[in-house]
Amino acid sequence: MRNANPWKAAVAAGALLLAAACGSGGGGADGGGAAEQKSVGKGEGRVDIIAWAGYAEDGSNDPEADWVHPFEKRTGCKVNTKTAGTSDEMVSLMKTGQYDTVSASGDATLRLIAAGDVAPVNTRLVPNYRDIFSGLKMRPFNSKDGKMYGVPHGRGANLLMYRTDKVSPAPDSWKAVFDDAAKYAGKVTAYDSPIYIADAALYLMKARPALGIKDPYALDHKQLDAAVALLKKQRQQIGEYWSDYQKEVTAFKGGDSVLGTTWQVIANTAAAEKAPVKAVLPKEGATGWSDTWMVSAEAAHPNCAYKWLNWIVSPKVNAQVAEYFGEAPANAKACRETADPHHCAVYHADDEAYYRRVHFWTTPVPQCLDGRKNVTCTDYAEWTRAWTEIKG
Amino acid sequence: MSATSREPRARGRLAALLAPPLLWLVLAYLGSLAVLLLSAFWTTDPFTSDVVHTWTTDNFRDVLTTPVYRTVALRTFGIAVAVTLLDALLALPMAFFMARVATGRLRRALLVAVLTPLWAGYLVKAYAWRVMLGEHGIVNAALAPFGLRGPGYGTTAVVIVLAYLWLPYMILPVHTALERLPAHLLEASADLGAGTIRTLRSVVAPAVRPALLAGSVFTFSLSLGDYLTAQIVGGRTQLLGNVIASQVTLDLPLAAALSAVPVALVVCYLAAVRRAGALDSL
Repeated sequence: MRNANPWKAAVAAGALLLAAACGSGGGGADGGGAAEQKSVGKGEGRVDIIAWAGYAEDGSNDPEADWVHPFEKRTGCKVNTKTAGTSDEMVSLMKTGQYDTVSASGDATLRLIAAGDVAPVNTRLVPNYRDIFSGLKMRPFNSKDGKMYGVPHGRGANLLMYRTDKVSPAPDSWKAVFDDAAKYAGKVTAYDSPIYIADAALYLMKARPALGIKDPYALDHKQLDAAVALLKKQRQQIGEYWSDYQKEVTAFKGGDSVLGTTWQVIANTAAAEKAPVKAVLPKEGATGWSDTWMVSAEAAHPNCAYKWLNWIVSPKVNAQVAEYFGEAPANAKACRETADPHHCAVYHADDEAYYRRVHFWTTPVPQCLDGRKNVTCTDYAEWTRAWTEIKG
Repeated sequence: MSATSREPRARGRLAALLAPPLLWLVLAYLGSLAVLLLSAFWTTDPFTSDVVHTWTTDNFRDVLTTPVYRTVALRTFGIAVAVTLLDALLALPMAFFMARVATGRLRRALLVAVLTPLWAGYLVKAYAWRVMLGEHGIVNAALAPFGLRGPGYGTTAVVIVLAYLWLPYMILPVHTALERLPAHLLEASADLGAGTIRTLRSVVAPAVRPALLAGSVFTFSLSLGDYLTAQIVGGRTQLLGNVIASQVTLDLPLAAALSAVPVALVVCYLAAVRRAGALDSL
């Protein structure tokens, strides 16, 4: 997700080619073999982190944004951050076993758990876990068999954004970007990732109940085909797909896009730059993402990793990150610490009713996530191939 | 090689001098390509996307039989050809003017103008084009008085931006070839009664052809491998590079098999160029 930085993608791809080819055969689908930690001892003096841009700031981008140095000072754990551009990149970096912790999104978490790349997290060793919103704990995308596999960090919904001067009447349904998209042909935008198939499935849940979609991430072949057909039809009206959030801001500012999916942070940035845009949560609800700090199964610095987990979701730091990045914080106490008193209201941080309408990204797996036993669901690899086909 | 280098000491020195680059060439440069092609014969665990070392040719079958890959490959090939033709059309008069007409300061200034963009970052240039081609960009603004519109983001934009990016790689070899063309050949042609067209066809064209083909190898192969430009100004267009990039973390063997397609295309192109004689002077 966020900021698919092309350089990093290219470098990672190159590195991966070598790494993967030199034999990473192990792993397997058994997964979950690693045991959770029993106690947190003295720090190892170092922690290696994979994070989204903006999640582990050390003041080098913005002197005001620095929660790495205070952590280093307090714990003696020197932080080495590797910024990842996409979920796929995070997964491949974690496979190297050289990192202790990662801020994985829901479209990556289950893959990491299944591959045995991450260990369950003993939440008793993370005191601040207590204050995390209950709506983020033990969710299908961050737990398995009743074990938490990380500490929730923040969340956001994939909203519908439109130009108020070009789109009327104001849309309140995803119909605007699917069945009615022709009205704004060439100016519609969509998120460029296989996980966007879930947005189409979410719309079909309401628009075509006969398909029987219960969970947008649990699609059997027939349901996937229907979503693919809908997205292929939508493609005729798409101006461009976006994955880098700056790209979407400029597209809406310049009028190249007038309607499409977005994140709250993009809507805020575009509005701050005087673009006449509005973002809504349509009546069908929306897909969304929630990030989780996970600990590597092969962590070389597990104690420092646990200290980092506790630090990054502590009220003050969680508030800083949430404001800097533009998301709803995970820690309930963070809402009192934000510089902007309205931050939590804007991002609906404590609005569980709001987030009940949000279907958080989950990795699609063959065992249907909606509990169906009589069919096989389509997995993420199939979604990826379908996505290539949709884009044609 | 001169006689002196056959003395043992000199040969030892030469070997020491050449060993590091040769080692680099074989191990890092060609080795990584070989590893890539090898991994195309492996498979992946569908869920964990770990590479499983089981020998299979399924990936190549998938690449050859899936319609969308064929469509994308043809589109990429078409774009590479279009970029090459466009660059050749732009480079020929430009290089001719620089090499044969302009003199002194003007020639140097033009050469610098051609070279300067090479020193700017790729992304900077591509994003500059993104701004220019946008809805309220300078292209639309300039065309508006004539009742026209720019191409917007899409395949045409990809061709334009790639042609822009690779143009120096076409101008420079053609310029060099024209510069080396002896003036007395042109004079002899005129003395023998040939007009401008005839001179261009019978004297200039044969001299320029190898350079043009050499330049086209650059524009063609660089276009085939590109994926960032499509991401930036391609709108909904995807090229082979984009498909490979989307598969690389999830299904490395498939990505490797897909990347064999541009490699095969370039090899075919090189073979064709070789038959045309452009590589003889190498």
